[in-house]
Amino acid sequence: MSIEHLILRVVIKVMFAPILLFALYVQFHGDYGPGGGFQAGVIFAVAFILHALIMGLDETKRVLPIGALKALMVVGFLFYAGTGAATMLLGANLLGYDAIDPQSTHHAGQHYGILLVEFGVGMAVASTMVMIFYHFAGREPEIRDEDW
Amino acid sequence: MNILAQLPVIPIILPLVTAPLAMLMPSEKMGGRAPFVFATFVVWAVFAACAGLLHSVATTGPISYHLGDWAPPIGIEYRIDLANALVLTLVSGIAALVFPFSYESIRSEIDRRQISYFYAALLICMTGLLGVTITGDAFNVFVFLEISSLSTYALVAMGADKDRRALTASFNYLVMGTIGATFFVIGLGLLYQATGTLNMADLKIQLAGDKNRMVEAGFAFIVVGMGLKAAMFPMHLWMPNAYAYAPSAVSAFIAATSTKVAVYVIIRFIYTVIGADFSFAPAAFAWLIAPLAIAGMFFASGVAIFQDDVKRMLAYSSVGQIGYMLFGVSFGTEPGLAASLVHLFNHGLMKGALFMAAACVMLRVGSHNCSAYAGLARRMPFTAGAFIVSGLSLIGVPLTVGFISKWQLLAAAFDSGRAWAGFLIVASSFLAVIYVGRVIELMVLKPAPADAPEIKEAPLSMLVPMLILVAANVYFGLHTELTVDLSERAAHALMGAGR
Repeated sequence: MSIEHLILRVVIKVMFAPILLFALYVQFHGDYGPGGGFQAGVIFAVAFILHALIMGLDETKRVLPIGALKALMVVGFLFYAGTGAATMLLGANLLGYDAIDPQSTHHAGQHYGILLVEFGVGMAVASTMVMIFYHFAGREPEIRDEDW
Repeated sequence: MNILAQLPVIPIILPLVTAPLAMLMPSEKMGGRAPFVFATFVVWAVFAACAGLLHSVATTGPISYHLGDWAPPIGIEYRIDLANALVLTLVSGIAALVFPFSYESIRSEIDRRQISYFYAALLICMTGLLGVTITGDAFNVFVFLEISSLSTYALVAMGADKDRRALTASFNYLVMGTIGATFFVIGLGLLYQATGTLNMADLKIQLAGDKNRMVEAGFAFIVVGMGLKAAMFPMHLWMPNAYAYAPSAVSAFIAATSTKVAVYVIIRFIYTVIGADFSFAPAAFAWLIAPLAIAGMFFASGVAIFQDDVKRMLAYSSVGQIGYMLFGVSFGTEPGLAASLVHLFNHGLMKGALFMAAACVMLRVGSHNCSAYAGLARRMPFTAGAFIVSGLSLIGVPLTVGFISKWQLLAAAFDSGRAWAGFLIVASSFLAVIYVGRVIELMVLKPAPADAPEIKEAPLSMLVPMLILVAANVYFGLHTELTVDLSERAAHALMGAGR
């Protein structure tokens, strides 16, 4: 039995986990240096896009269905906006992250706040990127006559 | 949490956080009622917050809210004074009527699977418009402008289910809107280069007495960029198609709000950031804004007369009406500015009502072509009545808001010694008589075509918001305390800041 594109398939299987790990590195490194949620989200999505390119869209959709992507987009966005809104409930102004850890003497609240926001950005960007790819890759090849 | 202390930020954060939740709600189960009801309640809460802000600003003076507890000019500040409280109330008030109005209309005009996305996008669009208005930070204006524009492109494109031309209209709008936003941000970059600050109040202080080419270029970029967004003549070409092919409820919302917000930003930048006493401001008024405003008043109204499509006609009429607002601004006087703020508010009321009537006709007759309006006064009496009253308001007939706007504008023109300007305002109003009169004649005097099927009046969920808006057209035409007084005070504050 021969499998098409055997080398590519093996390579993507080997690379898949390291790409995700690298994305997480960029994500958490964003606090101290270059990087952050947006870049990490794109890298994270790349793993799935490569998977879809080699294994086919249907295989990837089994792992990451469109419904799940939609939920991830929303949850990511809610982390992003909700962290700021949560500080309002804690008695500070919108985005007043110091309220997360008011006892801290070195603004630890700012650190936690931005960590949560970046996490939300990463999640929303990754799922949006995959979603955009799904829609480009999965669209109908020809426009039906009645759609004109 | 202290609700009152957090009030300034609620109109922004509430729809922003709830929009993605609306997106998750089912579009097809229960006919998409879940996202609709949810979004409508959110919008009503936002309107209540905006009305509260207006009340608080009118009684106790401007409010400043520091995001993240960072003090301006370093941090981002939301600064609400009378001018933007008035625009906030207009935008959220129109939204509070358009959201309940939209349900029946949208169900018949867009792909049913997109209903939840539609309400999410409409909420985000409103967030963006409110954000542009509320913020006291120049760069924040750009960010919110993009939020509202991107969601508007998607909303316009949703009209493709009825008419594929919505896609090209949306793409055209996207290209033009992006150019406008780019010009705006280039202008901001130049001002930032000159001053090192982005807070509007601080910009004003830093720019005082600064006369250099960079500031002038920045000002020019900002006016051109925002002029594009406001459909200032001759940069209006994206607008007729975008309004005509967008779903009707979307046309009603964006026609009544988005260009008004752009005009507000122009006013804000001219008066509170640059300052009307700046050396080049009078030249810009006399040689750029006034001629373009007059050209818009006549040319766009003239084009409106020859439109076969009622929504396109209304869009061209909007370009002309934007001309009136900018004409008022170009007087450079306090009454002129007040008149333009009054007209900004009033035009939102009339165009909202007119586009809502067009949406009702679209729902029942299935077209926004002129021919669909033949004999409408007998077939859909309430819709036709709403169209007639708000059309008269557009012309400027006494007892309606249109009259108040025109009156204020005329008074301001004579007050500043521009009798010719008064003549031009009256002359261009006659063009409005022709294009509105044409549709009214069709509705009232022409019989419906013999083979026209029996149609019902629009459903109550659409009639009630439309008639409320029509009633507002008459109410604010009789009781001018709210609009005129507030606008005069707002203009005073804006001019005061410019001195």
